[in-house]
Amino acid sequence: MSEITDSQGPIWEVFIQSKPGLAHKHVGNLHATDEEMALQNARDLYTRRQEGTCIWVVPFEAITSSTPEDDESFFEPNNDKAYRTPTHYVMPEGAKHI
Amino acid sequence: MEDVKKLEAFQAKIDAEIKIEPKDWMPEDYRKHLQRQISQHAHSEIIGMQPEGNWLLRAPSLRAKVVLLAKIQDEAGHGLYLYSAAETLGKSRTEYLEELRTAKAKYSSIFNYPTLTWADMGAVGWLVDGAAIVNQVSLQRTSYGPYARGMVKICKEESFHQRQGYEIIADMARGSEAQKEMAQDALNRFWWPSIMMFGPHDSDSPNTGNAVKWKIKRATNDELRQSFIDKTVHQAEIIGLTIPDPDLKWNEAKGHYDFGKMDWDEFWRVVKGGGPCSKQRLKHYNDAHENGKWVREAAKAYSDKQLTKEKVA
Repeated sequence: MSEITDSQGPIWEVFIQSKPGLAHKHVGNLHATDEEMALQNARDLYTRRQEGTCIWVVPFEAITSSTPEDDESFFEPNNDKAYRTPTHYVMPEGAKHI
Repeated sequence: MEDVKKLEAFQAKIDAEIKIEPKDWMPEDYRKHLQRQISQHAHSEIIGMQPEGNWLLRAPSLRAKVVLLAKIQDEAGHGLYLYSAAETLGKSRTEYLEELRTAKAKYSSIFNYPTLTWADMGAVGWLVDGAAIVNQVSLQRTSYGPYARGMVKICKEESFHQRQGYEIIADMARGSEAQKEMAQDALNRFWWPSIMMFGPHDSDSPNTGNAVKWKIKRATNDELRQSFIDKTVHQAEIIGLTIPDPDLKWNEAKGHYDFGKMDWDEFWRVVKGGGPCSKQRLKHYNDAHENGKWVREAAKAYSDKQLTKEKVA
């Protein structure tokens, strides 16, 4: 199928902040030929029901991702560091508000 | 050997209800099955705009018109969510669209039936969207992450579609004699194609085996169809319409409705492109694609110009 020229424009990943104070969350992606079109398409495609107050669009090509094959070694260094969680510590009996 | 181990690990994840994500290893058949299923689903949303588009300029009130317009816009959106999910399987939207344009890919046969009267807008929303929702609710739990996420979003938006259709047909059913007849006629024409939307009986469905094992499908065709029929019978009764099936009867022992035989010859004839509107739907899609060519070219030219400007600046 490689002889078909792509008529859809590149992929942009879309992130929406649903209200002030919350983090932008990934909601999906779309095709657009420039950033303004990407933003307008994101509005039409992902916020038809007041889903957000702010939209980010990011070219898919700009995202670097970890890969499942590396997951084990990539995340492994933190598996044996229970001392980074509060439940690791022994509190004297009767201690409150801590 | 390597693949056997990978396959075992893959199945173990599926069994543990861990979603499969785009970069994970997956069997080639799993990938192919999803590419086919998700793109067919996407094509159905896109072609599904046409039967309703037919009534957009003839909607009986401004309210009816804005509602129908919003519903059709949702369908375009749903098609795009689904193409997005399908693209994560390593095939571009351009390729999927090409398969639709050249009739290599299928879409739901229901959209190859004409919408002859305004009551059909009611029947389509009530029955066609109703059947689609039963299927899509079940697919929210499908094993492929991007597909499941798309389904969650679609189901959230879709519930108004069925209600608006039911409102239309209910209004007509309590209108004049002629309107009531129109409502009954729409139900008569859309009932059987709607319950056949769930596909062939499980015993005749070649794609069910692996799809269930891999949890692409979370319920079989027959289970979904039964659940749709059980829900819908009462809805017909309370608006005074009759489902056109003399064999439809509550089965106390099973706790389900029994129903008559579906016409599978007609089903396969329509699947194979022999539906009343099959040619028209595809032609309309292809014409729209051709007519939009200058827009794509203009958008591309504009983006190229912006890039040159950036370089110069």
